[in-house]
Amino acid sequence: MNIFDVIGPVMIGPSSSHTAGAVRLGNLALAILGEGVKEAMIGLHGSFAQTYRGHGTDLALSAGLQGWATDDSRIPKSFDSAKEAEIEISFKTINLGDLSHPNSVRFWMTGVNGNKCTVTGASIGGGRVVVTNIDDFPVEFSGDFPAILTMHRDRPGAIALVTSILSTQGVNVAQMKVFRKQKGGLAAMIVETDQPIDDAAFEVIGKLPHIQSVRRIQLV
Amino acid sequence: MEEKLSLKEWIDLAETKNKSFGDFCIEFQAKELEMDKKVLLERMEEMLHVMEQSVVIGLTGITSMGGLVGGNGKKVETYRADSAEKSVVGGVMSKAIMIALAVGEANASMGRIVAAPTAGASGTLPAVLFSLSEARGSSMDELGKALIVAGAIGMVIASRASLSGAAGGCQAECGSAAAMAAGAAVELYGGSPEQVGQAVAITLKNMLGLVCDPVAGLVEVPCVKRNAGAAAQAMVAAEMALAGICSVIPVDEVIDAMAAVGNAMSCTLKETAQGGLAVSPTGILLANKLFAKVES
Repeated sequence: MNIFDVIGPVMIGPSSSHTAGAVRLGNLALAILGEGVKEAMIGLHGSFAQTYRGHGTDLALSAGLQGWATDDSRIPKSFDSAKEAEIEISFKTINLGDLSHPNSVRFWMTGVNGNKCTVTGASIGGGRVVVTNIDDFPVEFSGDFPAILTMHRDRPGAIALVTSILSTQGVNVAQMKVFRKQKGGLAAMIVETDQPIDDAAFEVIGKLPHIQSVRRIQLV
Repeated sequence: MEEKLSLKEWIDLAETKNKSFGDFCIEFQAKELEMDKKVLLERMEEMLHVMEQSVVIGLTGITSMGGLVGGNGKKVETYRADSAEKSVVGGVMSKAIMIALAVGEANASMGRIVAAPTAGASGTLPAVLFSLSEARGSSMDELGKALIVAGAIGMVIASRASLSGAAGGCQAECGSAAAMAAGAAVELYGGSPEQVGQAVAITLKNMLGLVCDPVAGLVEVPCVKRNAGAAAQAMVAAEMALAGICSVIPVDEVIDAMAAVGNAMSCTLKETAQGGLAVSPTGILLANKLFAKVES
């Protein structure tokens, strides 16, 4: 913790968890989708479902999906801006079960290029967030670090190839987690790094054997 | 786990070096952040400008998202203009009350604020800093330094206890904001490092046990008015400390006591809206009304 964690951040009120955290979750969902949002259905769970209007959580999520920062003064008007940009955003109440964090949200998104993606995350306090599921894969990352997310075949060497590309680019791995549905099946990997991953490395990783898709998740 | 910070340690260091607590903190923090002192001060001044803008937003008389608060900062502004001779607390504190309400209301209506230390307690520091700086004619540099003092105090409280209502109740949120503001006030008035510590200790003692019980779970009732109360507590403690009054219980021990009280506090009283004012008949009525609106 440093002094700017105490005096700051500058943010749009009223709540670091229900407003600032919601913007960040929108930012992360957008980054994971990897292209502009055309259509998004947003499901609100628990405390998010109960108190979202009073906290402007809905406006904050919509602002986040448009790539705005937590201190952007336009946040209270984010619906108008979405409408102008022809982004269709709708909300519903969902129940993700008792084990889910009370401030949880799920985005069902379609991008401007037609890509689809479902992202679930939670706002865990003080504006900090965690993404818990992407396209039915349980994951766990905060967006505090630049990251890549791969979908790949669960084969020996698939992971080593990715990390070796990163190492040749001088990118240090901060955290990484691998998830798979079944042995030898489709797997997902989140690699959080200390340095941003440049275009060249990103493209090479996308062409590696066993890699089905790769996404770069970098918040400003 | 990170090592616990000690306010006494920093105060002793400042006293030994014969420095004001502000001068000590700016040097210490700049070193810690590997940042130029001038840049650090500029960053603090940017925060102060945002705070000033939050006051302006609040005084336009906006209504909050939940509709439970709004327009009260403006009421105090009008009262100050029309009935200054009737002020119970005098011009300076009356201004602090006005600013605390205005920023709290700006926050509740999706205005831009500085979370200091949190969004819910964001009215307290601007209230104390701006009302006192006007009375004293302080420069932006002096205010920036006072804000660094506030930040340093907050860091110690965060490391020994907590700054969040969900973890430690309102004593940790508005109480910490008040303690930070009290230290900043002493700095602004040229008090010694020792007096900064006394002001922090006295403030926290006077706010010990305060629960976090927001109606309908929103940062509106009682949060906004509590910021005005917290600002007043800060000024009362700063006055005592500057007069040479000492807290019998040393400051780090008071912070530890706040942590212990927070841990002993029932979860219903820690931002869950399941206790205190949140479950008063009117609190429940308001919550039901707000939730009904959501369902429809």
